[in-house]
Amino acid sequence: MTFDDIKELLVAKFGADAIIGEERAGMQPALLIAPDSIVDVCRELRDNPKTYFDFMSSLSGVDYGVDACRFGVVYHLASIPYRLQLTLKISVEHDRNIQKLPTFKSVSTVYRTADWHEREAYDLLGIYFEGHPDLRRILLPDDWEGYPLRKDYKNAEYYKGIKID
Amino acid sequence: MNIRNSKYEEALQRYHEKIANAATEDMVLNMGPQHPSTHGVLRLELITDGEIVKDVIPHLGYLHRCFEKHAESLTYQQTIPFTDRMDYLASMNNSHVWVMGVERMLGIDKEIPKRVEYIRVLVCELNRIASHLIAIGTYGIDIGAFTPFLWCFRDREHIMGMLEWASGSRMLYNYIWIGGLFYDLPVGFEERCREFITYFKPKMAELNQLLTENQVFIERTANVGVLPMDVAINYGCSGPMLRGSGLKWDLRRIDNYSAYPEIDFDIPVGKGEMGTLGDCWDRYKVRVDEIAESVKIVEQCLDRLQKELKRTADFDPRAKLPRKITPKAQDYYIRGEGAKGELGFYFIADGKSEIPFRAKSRGPSFNNLSVLPEIAKGVMIADLIAIIGSIDFVLGEVDR
Repeated sequence: MTFDDIKELLVAKFGADAIIGEERAGMQPALLIAPDSIVDVCRELRDNPKTYFDFMSSLSGVDYGVDACRFGVVYHLASIPYRLQLTLKISVEHDRNIQKLPTFKSVSTVYRTADWHEREAYDLLGIYFEGHPDLRRILLPDDWEGYPLRKDYKNAEYYKGIKID
Repeated sequence: MNIRNSKYEEALQRYHEKIANAATEDMVLNMGPQHPSTHGVLRLELITDGEIVKDVIPHLGYLHRCFEKHAESLTYQQTIPFTDRMDYLASMNNSHVWVMGVERMLGIDKEIPKRVEYIRVLVCELNRIASHLIAIGTYGIDIGAFTPFLWCFRDREHIMGMLEWASGSRMLYNYIWIGGLFYDLPVGFEERCREFITYFKPKMAELNQLLTENQVFIERTANVGVLPMDVAINYGCSGPMLRGSGLKWDLRRIDNYSAYPEIDFDIPVGKGEMGTLGDCWDRYKVRVDEIAESVKIVEQCLDRLQKELKRTADFDPRAKLPRKITPKAQDYYIRGEGAKGELGFYFIADGKSEIPFRAKSRGPSFNNLSVLPEIAKGVMIADLIAIIGSIDFVLGEVDR
């Protein structure tokens, strides 16, 4: 199956509202998915006998820069039976208000490996995943303030009153 | 700066309640972060009922060195030493994958001289042998067999010495560069490497007699920590973990990168010889078999490097080094087979600078470790040690 076949298959199943576009500039084309449909799309890609994308290689949270005001998640899927790779992207606009994090749906019910990857994205980028079973910080301490991989992150000077050199 | 939205604190509260509300007959036990059997600074919080482990809660981050944050402020070339420090037992494999990704983004991956590619594969496979030797040796010591540990370290020391000779460093090499290598192999390296292979082959046979076929070892590892193939795939396990569950999935063959398509080697998989398919013994055996395959690869590389790809006086491994490493604007995900499994890097290049906009690393150990709470439910504490050892993770890569 080529990239176009997969896109066609998804558009036939979910309509053009769910598959909102594609990116073909680089060597690896990517499908842009509506954030609300990501769980259904992943489940369909995993279970459809024509695709069987059963392996999630990577899930990366992305902060698209201070000016862009946009947060996204990039999914890299692999199909072991068909030896295919596919990139899915979702993103939302967000005003960087730290009290209200950008929110996506969790795909940890489809791929269990997404559990820790989503915790990492939450920890380092402040992306909230609705429906995640255990969304705690994973790499940083539980009481860490701020999200270090955000582009506007200022390095902390103190941690619990201890000066960080 | 504190977040007032309690929605984001829910999971943390649930976790605290779970620990506080553990039944009176249960015991909450902290294993690590300084316990030797956790192979580094990993803390496992166990809820146990006597000897039975009811739940495992891993706590990571003791070795978090902000790889991704550093990568966003350093050029592609400058980040290579940081990739070395991720999986510090197989540094060559890490930098190989990173370098391959950048080369493909630049579009120079087809121009790399054959000799350079073969040297890369040679040092990567030597490093893989060293990494698996550690995995096997420390696994023995986890189970209570001390001798294999010393034997493995003795043999690994030869590899360390050779790689130090080539790169100048014992563990963190910074040897594979974008477009080439730090230096050509030193004169006499190939001969020394052949000597090592001749020396090493009987040693592996000895090790198999001592550990692989050891009845006590088999009793401790067979039928323990069974990881079915579907669970392994769903949890993103890769490398010897996935192959131990019986799936022939090796990115060196699937993606056919570097010089691997010209090299003949098999992919060992678990067969459930001593117990159930996907148990600790199977994972261990896959590593032992992989060492033999890596030896085969090393021999083939040496054949080529000593015959048609011989060192010439005018050969310069830095000839193809790009002057300026500025990939055009694109996203690229590169994956390769590290010693522990699928190692991936996700780059976002903005096309203007020599610094990646975002570089995410997908460490195999991180994903392999995430399956631990699933397969460790209901086992004995002593078996948990066996399971941890069989996963063979490196905390430098789990935390990055």
